Amino acid sequence: MARPRFLVLQLFLRSSRVQKKRAILTIAAIAWGTLALLLLLAFGEGLGLSLGKAWAGMGTDIAVIWPGETTVPWKGLPAGRAIRPRIDDIRALKERVPGLVGVSGEIIRWGTNFTHGDTTVNGPVKGVSTVWGQLRNQIPVAGGRFLNPLDDAQRRRVVFLGTDLATELFGEEDPIGESILIDKVPYTVIGVLIDKIMFGNYSGMDADHAIIPIRTLHAQYGSDRLSVLVLKPENRSGMKQALSEVAQVLSAKYGFDPEDDRVLGTWDTVETGKIRDNFLLGIKLFLSIIGVLTLTVGGIGVANIMYAVVKERTREIGVKMALGARSHWVTGPIVLEGLTYTLLGGLTGLVVATILVFVLSLIPTGDSMALDALGKPTLSPAIAATAAGVLGIIGLLAGYFPARRAASVEPAETLRYE
Amino acid sequence: MPANDTIIEMEGIRKVYDTGKIQVEALRGIDLNISQGEFVAIVGPSGSGKSTLMNLIGCLDTPTAGVYRLSGQLVAGMKKDELATIRNRRVGFIFQNFNLLPQITAYENVEMPLLFGGVPRRERRNRIEELMERVGLKDRMEHKPTELSGGQMQRVAVARALAMDPDILLADEPTGNLDTSSGGDIMELFHELWEQGGTMLVITHDAALARRAARQVEIQDGLITRNTVGTGAGPAASE
Ligand SMILES: Nc1ncnc2c1ncn2[C@@H]1O[C@H](COP(=O)(O)OP(=O)(O)OP(=O)(O)O)[C@@H](O)[C@H]1O
Ligand SMILES: [Mg+2]
Repeated sequence: MARPRFLVLQLFLRSSRVQKKRAILTIAAIAWGTLALLLLLAFGEGLGLSLGKAWAGMGTDIAVIWPGETTVPWKGLPAGRAIRPRIDDIRALKERVPGLVGVSGEIIRWGTNFTHGDTTVNGPVKGVSTVWGQLRNQIPVAGGRFLNPLDDAQRRRVVFLGTDLATELFGEEDPIGESILIDKVPYTVIGVLIDKIMFGNYSGMDADHAIIPIRTLHAQYGSDRLSVLVLKPENRSGMKQALSEVAQVLSAKYGFDPEDDRVLGTWDTVETGKIRDNFLLGIKLFLSIIGVLTLTVGGIGVANIMYAVVKERTREIGVKMALGARSHWVTGPIVLEGLTYTLLGGLTGLVVATILVFVLSLIPTGDSMALDALGKPTLSPAIAATAAGVLGIIGLLAGYFPARRAASVEPAETLRYE
Repeated sequence: MPANDTIIEMEGIRKVYDTGKIQVEALRGIDLNISQGEFVAIVGPSGSGKSTLMNLIGCLDTPTAGVYRLSGQLVAGMKKDELATIRNRRVGFIFQNFNLLPQITAYENVEMPLLFGGVPRRERRNRIEELMERVGLKDRMEHKPTELSGGQMQRVAVARALAMDPDILLADEPTGNLDTSSGGDIMELFHELWEQGGTMLVITHDAALARRAARQVEIQDGLITRNTVGTGAGPAASE
């Protein structure tokens, strides 16, 4: 014979209610656990986002190469020779190493004087190839641009300024189109770097430097030895291969053992990124474990109340069994009840967490680097889904075990007249 | 083979309660047949095994040994859910302390076995109204048990026991918690139900009430000591 629809739900609605106070306490415990879980996950998410952004500030999946000295003899050449690639080697590398988004040289001159009006600031100037802007995420603020190939080919005297350097020179004034002196030679400002958080750096923060075309720098200062090479493969898995081919090309020209890893000091951000990601994953895992444990305590509270419920309702259960209730019609409503308390608590926790995260997002971080780096707690759909999943499992377990006890009730025993 | 109209057929039924240290032999070999349309009173001193017997008949519990057929169906070896279905369809329980669920109305209490039996909503309503009418409580359907007198509660319990139109009504001291007049009313109701063709098994201490039954079975110390078929007793036989 057909069962009435939603029989378990109907039975649940008709079973006796627990004391309001006890129910509220239990729901509050779950709400607290959910809040803890959500906030910890949100904190981890915010931290991850801000770290990701900060590291991306230097450029993603790039490698930075510092030419150094040989440490082993090679084909009759002694150890201890300095290897200094030149500007022209960049073209050779571009032609001979396949699978690159780009490769750029970088010539750094420290202690350069930048002058605008009466203000003179001291800092590094870097001569770079055009593609460097793309590799190193040099995004201009609106109204400006980065160097282009013509700037380089025609050795134009144009400069792209770091944020802080621009502020020091120009204050509130808009620098774009203005003129500055770089070691007494006039340059036109064509762009200013956006304000960015940057964790990784070599040779100083991007906010403090001035960028000019590498050939312009050569023309002004005469130096054509590269301080640094920056490259990015089309695919991050191609990094190892690209680095080894760069070593081959340079080794053929300058005569060093390509296996001599002291010649080309390398920072492979794909490699370090993996470590960073693992570290971040560890933090997130740790935070979720704490959150889940807190929530589990709430779940134990629910299980407790449901055990008490089963004990109190033993006779009710016995009566239903005597009237022909199958065991899952007895256990179903109990599981449903445990789940209801858990989900009510979870919902409360979610609402409070959402409000808290919103309020936190309103607090300005000001100039604090530390707060900037911590990021803003962020609630994502993935976090909500995780919390919902954890709540569901805890709720089901919290109902399941008490329900099992209910199913083991011996009706004859409970209905004996006392 | 039992006759077609045999509802209860018990042979050598024994029930041992194993409470760890002590083993209580509550029933020590019961042979009992009850046919369709009988009104049987079970009497006997306290602790003699009456309630134990009723629980076995109603499939609330299973015997330690012996053969039991309910409406020709062998009960031994049935699964829990099958026993639940038997309790739902074939027997109606009435308890000394009513055992109504306190948080729901009289209507919903009577509805409970109908829910378990899968009776559709409209049919349930018709059935409940008919039953409440029969026990004289049509105007109390929306009352909760606590808002009813003991006699009224027991009548709701009778309506609930009748809901699925069971083969037999089992009542354990149905008047034990009632004053003489409400107790009399309940016995009156049983008698009516019996006259309309119902099969009843009533446990009672009250000899006067027992005498209203057509047949008396006396149990002592787990054994049937007397099994008398009366001369078709009626309400008149009580005084
Ligand atoms: N669940 C149980 N565990 C152990 N012993 C039990 C259990 N139920 C009943 N007994 C014992 O079985 C015997 C029969 O009990 P039962 O309840 O059937 O008696 P009764 O005839 O109904 O008595 P009363 O008239 O007082 O209700 C008693 O000795 C009782 O103590
Ligand atoms: Mg008894």
